[in-house]
Order: sequence, then C-alpha cells, then structure tokens
Amino acid sequence: MSESHETVPQAALKARVAELKASGCNMLVDLTCVDFLGFGAGTKNASPAPEGRRYKLVYRLMELDTATGAVKRRVTLDSWVEEQPPVSVMSLFPNADWLEREVWDMFGVTFADRPNMKRILMYPEFVGHPLRKDYPIKKRQPLIGPADGPARERMTAADLRPRLIE
Amino acid sequence: MSQQAESRSYMLNMGPAHPAMHGVIRLMLKLSGERVLEADAEIGYLHRAFEKHAEADPWNNVIPWTDRLNYVSPLINNAGYVMAVEKLAKIQVPERAEYLRAATSEVSRITDHLTCVGANAMELGSFTAFLYLLQAREELYRCIDKLCGARVTTSYTRVGGVKGDMPADWPDMVRAAFAKVRSTVKDADGLLTKNRIFIDRTRGTGVLSKETALAYGITGPMLRSTGVPYDVRRAEPYGVYDRLEFEVPVGETGDNYDRYLVRLAEIEQSMRIVEQCFAKLPGGPIQAPDDAMPGSKMADLGKRGMTAEMLKTTVAVDPVMEGGQRSCHPGVMAPTPDSTLPPKEEAYGSIEGLMRHFEIIMWGRGITPPAGEAYQAVEGGNGELGFHVVSDGKDRAWRVRVRPPCFFNMAALHELLKGALLADVVATFGSINMIAGELDR
Repeated sequence: MSESHETVPQAALKARVAELKASGCNMLVDLTCVDFLGFGAGTKNASPAPEGRRYKLVYRLMELDTATGAVKRRVTLDSWVEEQPPVSVMSLFPNADWLEREVWDMFGVTFADRPNMKRILMYPEFVGHPLRKDYPIKKRQPLIGPADGPARERMTAADLRPRLIE
Repeated sequence: MSQQAESRSYMLNMGPAHPAMHGVIRLMLKLSGERVLEADAEIGYLHRAFEKHAEADPWNNVIPWTDRLNYVSPLINNAGYVMAVEKLAKIQVPERAEYLRAATSEVSRITDHLTCVGANAMELGSFTAFLYLLQAREELYRCIDKLCGARVTTSYTRVGGVKGDMPADWPDMVRAAFAKVRSTVKDADGLLTKNRIFIDRTRGTGVLSKETALAYGITGPMLRSTGVPYDVRRAEPYGVYDRLEFEVPVGETGDNYDRYLVRLAEIEQSMRIVEQCFAKLPGGPIQAPDDAMPGSKMADLGKRGMTAEMLKTTVAVDPVMEGGQRSCHPGVMAPTPDSTLPPKEEAYGSIEGLMRHFEIIMWGRGITPPAGEAYQAVEGGNGELGFHVVSDGKDRAWRVRVRPPCFFNMAALHELLKGALLADVVATFGSINMIAGELDR
C-alpha cells in the first residue's frame, strides 16, 4: 500500500480528482474542511495557510482492490479555498453530495456546479456556520419557533465548570 | 385500476420518531401505491456538536464524547480516537494495552452486530430472536461493566494506553459470556436463517451493487455483503491485528439477507479474535526505568521551585501508603510521563504523583502533540471509522473530524429504496444499522 499527500490549487482540484478516478481510485473516503483562522496563536507554530487563505479542503481517495479487499493506495488532496467557490466533485463521486453539504453547513464553504446546496446537520433557520473558528462555542440560537421570538436564558455546561482558566 | 389512479403519487413522512425506525431520522418517501418512487433522508436530529466540543477541551477529555458516537460499540470509538492522537504525538503504546484494545473492540463489535441483527429481526416480526440476542448482548455488557465500570459509556482508552488493566478473572467472565453468545447465535440462526417469512422479507430487498457501494464510499458489513472483502483490520492492520487470525466473511448479492449473514458470521470471527488476544496477552508489569528519580529527591526539588524537568522524569514511588508500590498502570500505559496520567495509587499516595497528575489534567497543560495532522482508520461496527485530528501544538485539538461509516450508508439509502415496496423500507433501513449518534455527531 502506498500513501501520498499532495496540495492542489483549487482550480485544478476537480481535474485532479477525475484523473485519480481514471487511474483507479475508486472510492472517495472522506471530504472535510479545516478552518485555520488563528492557528498556532500563542505557540511557535506558524499557520500553514497561505496569505489571505483560511479554509483547507481535504479529500481522501482510496484505490481498493475489489477482488482481494486490499488497499492499493490512499491519496490525500489538500486544497486552499479561494475567493471563487471550488467546483463540486459530485458528478465523479455521488457521496460528495452529502459531504459537500456538510462542509457548507459547518464552514460556509460553498461549492459551484451542483444543485441542492442546503444544510444537512443543522436546521434551516440556523444562522452562521458552527465549525468556523469565529463562531463562539457558547452561542445559543433558538431551536424552535420564529427567529424574532423572545430569547431564552439557558444554563450551559460552561456555567457549571469551575472558572479557573478561561 | 384506471391509468389515472396508477400514476398518482403521494408523499409519506417516516420519522423523525417512528416505531419502526430506531434512531431519530426523517425519511421522505414519494410513493405510488406501495411502491417507493423516490426517497430522501433528512438527518441531523441528534447533532450534538461533537466536533466543535472536541476543539474546546483537552485531548483526553474528548474520550467520553467518543462513547456517544456509535453508542452500541463505544470501545471501538475510544480506541480509534486515541490511536489518531497517538499517531500525531508519536506515542508508542505497550503491547498489553494494544491487545486489550483489540479484545475490547471485538467485544464491542459483537454487541453492535447482536443489536443490529436483533433489531432487524424484531422489525420483521421476530420478537423472540430480538429478546434472545439482546439477552446475550447483556452478558457482554456485564463484562464491559466489570472492565470499565459502565455498560455503554465506557471511556476505556487513554492517550498512551488504556484506563486500567483488566480484572484477573475477566477472561473467564468473557469466555462464559461467549458460551452464551454462541448458543444464542445458534438459536437465532435456527429461528431466522431458514425462516420463510424472514427470507421473503430480506432476500432480494435492499440490493446494493458493488459499484454503488464503492461510488458512495460504503464500507464494513454492507460493502462485504456485496462480495468485496475490504476490512480495515485486514487491509491496513493497526494495533496487533496483523498477529491475529480471523476470516473476513463476504456475501454475494448485497441484499438484506446477505448483510444479516455477514454480521452473524462476523460475530464468530470476533469471538475468535478475543480468545486469541487472551492467549497472547503479554503479562507482567513493566518495572520503572533505572534512572527513575526517588520521590524524596523530587519533593525537595519541587519545594525549591525546580520543576522544569520534572514532567519528563519517572518517579520511584516510596511505599507511603499500603499498596503505594503496586501500580495497575505499567504495561497498559505508555512510559511517557508528559502525556499519560500516573497510576491512581501514585496520584493519591505521593506528592510527586499528585503533581504529575495535575500537570496532565490542568487546563493549558497536559498532552501537547506537535503541530500537524493525522488520519487513523479503524474497523468500526459499520465500516471504516476514521479520525482526522489536527493539532497546532496546544493542549487541545485544532480540529477533530470523524468519518462516520453510517453517514455514507445513509447517503446511499435512496438508491436502495428506489423501486422497493413500503414494507421493504423497514427491512432495508434496519440492515443498514444507522446509529444516529455517529451519523449526526
């Protein structure tokens, strides 16, 4: 089994995935995103994000031998999200439909050239993208009812935690 | 029936709370009579912000939340998560801990499969098989309870090893439970495998082709039921799986019946693995290294504020209280004092142990893997369970991504239901073994 890791410019992303599919990678194992806003603050570690870039998409592909069940290779593609939305790979791998919807739902990174881009884990009335680093973990939004309804006070897990270091 | 009535279709909602749908999920079905024309699934009802929480708390504090991912096989999640962190931090885990992880993962896999087969049978009318199988599962839960103190919320692993060694009589307890599982599986096999009703409901329904499975990234028993023998334990052996003998059962047609047979066969294979683990388990505690610092010396240094290097040294504990010398940890935790908790005997019995304990659990201290990322896949109950962890060098994760196998199975559900009868929805949905905790995170 071989493992490879490459960084692809966003414009060439779909072409690279198509190329890998043509060369035998028959499964899109995972597609996810990482937000690098404020990465390494307070440490010596510099953010790997290029100037002006924030989100990194991670595509994991695998070449599976269907006769023996052996993994011939795994390929990880990294791509930094630019101003224009990346092109969807849904036409190559149908499971990218849900995976891209999750990336949009959680990070607000949208994908071009695909239909039906809607929230998948959160509900439609939800405002914002929760896995963004600037989305506060303690923020609460009303779960049910109209958005202009009265705000409810809720006790959170943080209220119960000893406040030594915040 | 007139042509007009035939062509009229209507929409039916199944769920989010429906007696035949274990787990909260909403299926939207477009029906023509009893025939499903289109199906769509709406998920997210059990979203608990696992990935967001994992970024906010120290590495070890995430382990209890992994219990709640696939809550019928929590021990596999525990192992998968810590293995990803260990890969990132390059921590070598003692062999005994690896064997314990393998054995407990397999016990969990059996509980997962027993639940799935049982629930599937119940939904198809065989309540007896369900009760028998869950009774056998309860025997295994009792073993897990004895090991971790909880039936389901296990939190058994730690970064660097496992929480504690198994009780001395645990292998005997598990073997006794296996005898019960074997007889129950035999009973269920007799009740279901040749049962006319069960076969009629499952044979040829929910058929998944090899191509569809690959296109949707489906792994685990669902992929194996189509005849592809992909198993992470075999393809990319992690831990000690390369030293254990087991078979990878496969099906042929990829229908609900084959998935049932694959799961039933995997139960037996998992029991084989656990028995091998018990036979091969390396024993004997590992002694503290020769250069261990005497506890009294460390206390003196601590009083003078010379604590900088203390975290990296090992303490030779004085027998300050009964049992203080005995430790349950050596052998099951990595000998890396800067990333693993000291044994409880040490933490309670000596000031050095207590300091080391606080160094690990205090906010802002603790385990700090180097900046970077790692992906670790393990074979979960439903397929490839992957953890992608990113660190920026702090005491908590920058990002934890779970690749839940259910998510991919559910994404393909509409393909399986298209053209099926309404009654087949229940059979197919049951055999997918959707676990909402893992699907929605």
